[in-house]
Amino acid sequence: MQPDDPSLKRMTPPKLNILEKTYLPQILGGLAVTGRHIFGAAIGGKTFTEQYPEEQHIPSANYRGVHRLNKDENGRIKCVACMLCATACPAHCIDIVGATAPDTWDDREKYPENFVIDELRCIYCGMCEEACPVDAIELTGLYDLTGLSREEMIFDKTKLLSVFDLTKSVEPMKTARTSATPGESSSTHELVTKPTDGPSMRAHS
Amino acid sequence: MNGWDLLGIVVKIGIVVGITQGAVAYLILVERKIAAWSQDRIGPNRAGPFGLLQPLADGAKMLLKEDVIPTYVTKPLYILAPIIAIIAAMIAFAVIPFGPVGNTGVRLGNGDIQFQIAPGVDIGIVYVFAVGSLGVYAVILAGWSSNNKYSFLGGLRSSAQLISYEVPLGMSILGMVLITGSLDLNAIINWQDRHFWGIVVQPFGFLLFLISAFAETNRLPFDLPESEQELVGGFHTEYSAMKFGMFFLGEYLHIITVSYLTVVLFLGGWDFPFVTDQSQTGWFWAMFKIAVMLAKVSGMIVFIMWIRWTLPRFRYDTLMDLAWKRLIPISIANLVVTATVCQFLFSYSRSN
Repeated sequence: MQPDDPSLKRMTPPKLNILEKTYLPQILGGLAVTGRHIFGAAIGGKTFTEQYPEEQHIPSANYRGVHRLNKDENGRIKCVACMLCATACPAHCIDIVGATAPDTWDDREKYPENFVIDELRCIYCGMCEEACPVDAIELTGLYDLTGLSREEMIFDKTKLLSVFDLTKSVEPMKTARTSATPGESSSTHELVTKPTDGPSMRAHS
Repeated sequence: MNGWDLLGIVVKIGIVVGITQGAVAYLILVERKIAAWSQDRIGPNRAGPFGLLQPLADGAKMLLKEDVIPTYVTKPLYILAPIIAIIAAMIAFAVIPFGPVGNTGVRLGNGDIQFQIAPGVDIGIVYVFAVGSLGVYAVILAGWSSNNKYSFLGGLRSSAQLISYEVPLGMSILGMVLITGSLDLNAIINWQDRHFWGIVVQPFGFLLFLISAFAETNRLPFDLPESEQELVGGFHTEYSAMKFGMFFLGEYLHIITVSYLTVVLFLGGWDFPFVTDQSQTGWFWAMFKIAVMLAKVSGMIVFIMWIRWTLPRFRYDTLMDLAWKRLIPISIANLVVTATVCQFLFSYSRSN
């Protein structure tokens, strides 16, 4: 852009009168603002503080905390071991061992024999949740994850499923897709089976 | 001076030192509370009811922490600096009246109790400014002996700032001295009690004094020596544990001193308009005057903290600009006008 460009908007700093040049009215204005806050907090009790151990913080709905592995209504793990989450994970903290699903599970070919997330390596970006085609992995609102050793922080399948049991009442599954409703079985079946082929093959090779 | 007078002075020193040190502990709590409130937080409230035991916890923390002396510092000066910081802030209290002085009527033994450690110092205000400026040694020595470029920069900034603001600070009170005709702080209070408060007769002087006082105490918006963001703490970067705590103590003592000075010079000291009078004597009036003065000083301290959370820090060149190009010319003009008016008023009153 040239300096004489007609589209250039020229701004002139506002002329201050003698009182404004002392900055005193502005300082008084600033004092009024902070004073309002001080008195609002001290007398009016208008504070944002949460008294943490006594008052439990409720994070927003899209908070990304500890992972959970969802279960369907039959109590089976929803995961189909498609490896999409492990592929999407930028921190490489998901380790899935896939296996052929039992014969009684007619809606899928595979299920995870083991599903391990290293909660210390995880960066809580939520990309596994976005990648999952069956909404099996979700990030919950649990924020106070603590442990005494590194081993403790490596969550296996049972632990991740127990997180689901812990949080399902407070946080229902974000998309309640069902896999075994008779009427919609074809569409859900498609959803479940289609993406599994590619990644699972890669996992075998 | 007999032994009883000496004992009285020692007792007074004990009381003043004890109260101010205790007050400093609570000032830190007040500061943290005001900081919290201005940011819509609650502030410390866990230690004791309303967090009232927080100063004890803070003090214990300071004392129990490991006192690290880095190997690369100049040790004697490094240790001396925090001591100077406290002493320079404390000894100004010697001449500051914290209550009525003179014929107080408060008798214990064979004389009136003077509510001032060194009563009747004719050049009180000069003394206050002389020892007040000593505080700059603490900052410079701390910055230099730390052998750390950030600390050194902090020390350099501080010396330039304090020396620059010393000029308008000194000139701002000259108007008051001219009007009251005395350098004795009690005489200044008595004059204000008889006539008007300093803020009425010297509004510009008050403003200049206030601004310069902020700079002298290293408080925001003039806390360039220790600016956390650019200088990682400035002169006290290398200090830990109680040595760091002593700088803090010194800073808050300085705030108390400056608040007392502001009250004495411009807010009427112990004067409560239409109620108090110099002739009132006895225990009740002495306590009342002390209480009035304490209330004013507390208000002043809260105001200093309030300002801290209102104004951002100055840039170094704007800081110097304010002192040399704005405050000093205004203070000179103020002084000239005051001197002229005083001269005419005095010659007028003498001719009548």
